[in-house]
Amino acid sequence: MKEIVVISGKGGTGKTSLTASFAYLGGKDVIVADCDVDAADMHLLMQPDFADEDDFYSGELAHINQYDCIQCGKCKEVCRFDAIPIIKGKYIVDPLSCEGCGYCARVCPIDAITNKDLNVGKWYISNIKTGSMMVHAKLGIGADNSGKLVAKVKSEAKDIAEEERKDIAIVDGSPGVGCPVVSSLSGASFVVLVTEPSVSGYHDLKRVYELVKKFNIKAGCIINKYDINKKVTAEIVEFLKKENIVHIANLPYDEDFTRAMTNGQTIVEYSDNHLKDLITDSWNKIKRSVN
Amino acid sequence: MKIAIASGKGGTGKTTLSTNLASFLAEEHEVVLTDLDVEEPNSGLFIEADLVREKDKFKMVPEWSADECILCGNCQKVCNFHAVIQLGEMIMVFPELCHGCYACSELCPTSSLPMIPKKMGVLKHFRNGNLNFVESRLDIGEEQAVPLIKQTHKYIDQQFDDNFIRIFDSPPGTSCPVIEATKDADYIILVTEPTPFGLHDLKLAVETMKELKKEFGVVINRFGIGNDDVLAYCNEEQIKVLAKIPNSRRIAELYSQGRLIYKEIPEVRAELEKMKDLIMGKMKEVVK
Ligand code: SF4
Ligand code: SF4
Ligand code: SF4
Ligand code: SF4
Repeated sequence: MKEIVVISGKGGTGKTSLTASFAYLGGKDVIVADCDVDAADMHLLMQPDFADEDDFYSGELAHINQYDCIQCGKCKEVCRFDAIPIIKGKYIVDPLSCEGCGYCARVCPIDAITNKDLNVGKWYISNIKTGSMMVHAKLGIGADNSGKLVAKVKSEAKDIAEEERKDIAIVDGSPGVGCPVVSSLSGASFVVLVTEPSVSGYHDLKRVYELVKKFNIKAGCIINKYDINKKVTAEIVEFLKKENIVHIANLPYDEDFTRAMTNGQTIVEYSDNHLKDLITDSWNKIKRSVN
Repeated sequence: MKIAIASGKGGTGKTTLSTNLASFLAEEHEVVLTDLDVEEPNSGLFIEADLVREKDKFKMVPEWSADECILCGNCQKVCNFHAVIQLGEMIMVFPELCHGCYACSELCPTSSLPMIPKKMGVLKHFRNGNLNFVESRLDIGEEQAVPLIKQTHKYIDQQFDDNFIRIFDSPPGTSCPVIEATKDADYIILVTEPTPFGLHDLKLAVETMKELKKEFGVVINRFGIGNDDVLAYCNEEQIKVLAKIPNSRRIAELYSQGRLIYKEIPEVRAELEKMKDLIMGKMKEVVK
């Protein structure tokens, strides 16, 4: 089983629309994982049925039992995150500031503090319109550590792919260069970098490629909206050559990207034009590069 | 007056709005724009200004000293983040995982884990006339954005008083760093696009702002593309639409060159003008 991860550094480059198109072209043979858990959008194009759903716990949150508390103030004293304000004479944990370090509970003389497992989101296994399956998630508000949820989504997708004997898992990767994208990348067979020729797009591409290099994963690149700035496009192409990154395709600025999404469709379903051909060629190229 | 600019996801034009709004307001007022997207700050690509100050930023992490350690294993036990581990006769600290809670250090019976500063990133302060620009950048491999965001806030509070319009470009999403970036703001501007993705992410961002009990308004970027669902949603929820930035290929081109769009596109300037009136109104409320 091969795992193809699509990432883009920052958002807005068309990453999700392209991943969804590849999932559509791959059809029954491709398991889909949406690892952009912070802003998961893939489900809007894949018609998932949310067949299985499960809570996801990560980290802890302190809770003070007011009945037991003797108001000694020790907990407040040790908390480095100002998470225990005194409200109306009571020591109360502010859930948005609490880091779940557990220090307060360890110093409370009468064990009035308990640490509760924190529900940080939900994850789902769905049947989708391509006849295949998709693993996706929804991160709760203010949750930390989406990296762990990403890892969960990926490992589930992998298990399903192996059980169902599918050849390919395609992953809509997390944005940024932090912990979630590291989780998205680990174990990948091939990375598709989606970029656009803007000063910030090129800048993000270079930063995220630093990470890809660390993992030693083979990579390819799609330059979306290549025609809005041909000068930067040329610089990116140079960069790809130098770094030995497969230049998969240049896609033109085309509002069909948005029109398809507005219809709840992938681009390859919506558009019968040139764009569809280019994306189909890209998918074939990616499959060849993986094997 | 603190205004945070946020969005449910990246790529909706948050940086475009922050940089254009800050530069526009700086034509008449003193403004400080702060990029709190510490993982990938790139507002700076759009702002021309001179470097005023550059400061390394540190967080506190424990450092093991072997001499007195009795290898009791207490430190490993108390760390909820698996950032201290006992390996045979050694105690290892993983600074990237450490949240700096001091538990291992203060609960060590032999004081063998003193807290020491470790560099996590760099803060830079630039200035061009009325416009100050501050960005913090996390070092590669550092995973905790929140401590750097906190320290950047502190810097802003020390350097700039209420006479400055303080604009914060927040990280995308609805997770911890966003909360940290927006929780002190007097007003939040949510940026979105009139598409199904945009609507979905806007709803998440709105939920977050309601949870934080923040006053907020929405700016619709690339207005004219997609459909009217975002507008309908805002009407229904009685959310104020502050501005509509038109969709155009020309804007995408200017953006791609790192240029400010309001200087060349009069419609954008007009929209920013509308926002200025609102901001000046809020400013009076806050200063009172
Ligand atoms: S668990 Fe840690 S952060 Fe939370 S209240 Fe206790 S000491 Fe503070
Ligand atoms: S340490 Fe325990 S008893 Fe003391 S104030 Fe905190 S919760 Fe109450
Ligand atoms: S708690 Fe202190 S004495 Fe015990 S193993 Fe850790 S460093 Fe050594
Ligand atoms: S300071 Fe807290 S988070 Fe850091 S290593 Fe010690 S116990 Fe773990």
